[in-house]
Amino acid sequence: MQIETETTSDATIINPSGDVDLSVSRELQAAVKKVMEEKPQRVIVNLAGVPYMDSSGVATLVEAMQIARKQETRLVLCGMQDKVRSIFEIARLDKVFTIVDDAGAAASA
Amino acid sequence: MSEAATSNTTELPPPFESLGQPEMRLELLSQPRYLCGGRSMVESVALRLGFDELNAGQIALAVDEALAIVIRHGYDKATDRRIWMSLWPAEPTTGKEGIHIAIEDEAKQVDPAGIKSRDVSEVRPGGLGVYLIEQIMDAARYEQRDPIGMRLMMTKFAKKNPSNDKH
Repeated sequence: MQIETETTSDATIINPSGDVDLSVSRELQAAVKKVMEEKPQRVIVNLAGVPYMDSSGVATLVEAMQIARKQETRLVLCGMQDKVRSIFEIARLDKVFTIVDDAGAAASA
Repeated sequence: MSEAATSNTTELPPPFESLGQPEMRLELLSQPRYLCGGRSMVESVALRLGFDELNAGQIALAVDEALAIVIRHGYDKATDRRIWMSLWPAEPTTGKEGIHIAIEDEAKQVDPAGIKSRDVSEVRPGGLGVYLIEQIMDAARYEQRDPIGMRLMMTKFAKKNPSNDKH
């Protein structure tokens, strides 16, 4: 898995690519934590390049959400492929996170 | 098989011994980097057994979660232990298109009745694996193997069976 991070004037965008499972979720966790330490106003996790995510990946994002709420960072997920969206739906987390279609929408969500 | 806890139905999954030789069997190390092989295999087979892409992907997720539970909890993250995944088409035993899956290990034995999913209305990281397996599969049963290890038996029917259209 590769993880690229970019910062704009409005947000920090995390772009992971590849499957997120138990073997790599710690990499995503580390990248998200590093971004959150900067306490940005808005963090966008763009999952367009993630065809698969398991519960360890979901746990990483739940943890990020908890940190975001504490420090008043706006966390937005976008670009979810169907298989990734389905795990959020089954776990009933699709209404807990702010999830939008793409990075453009995430900038104002 | 000394103890068993069944979810969803009492008839399914069929007893492991009744299914005979698996039609496909994968042996893998308890190494997270091989999870992708397990889920790729089961997803491909599920597509051939009549599942659509979304359901085949969800079955692969259930298998991935089951394997991850063995690695994390059964083997305490040891990466040199063995896990076996066995597959059977469901039609010969049930008359319906679908799949039976067994995940077996040589890990410490626990009381199957104690393996329960958590309340997902409580939003917190972790603990979703058992819940996802129960939600995705039409039936799942944890049991102790003889003489060592645990076994998870799972059954999922193809979506065209309306009574089994869970997701």
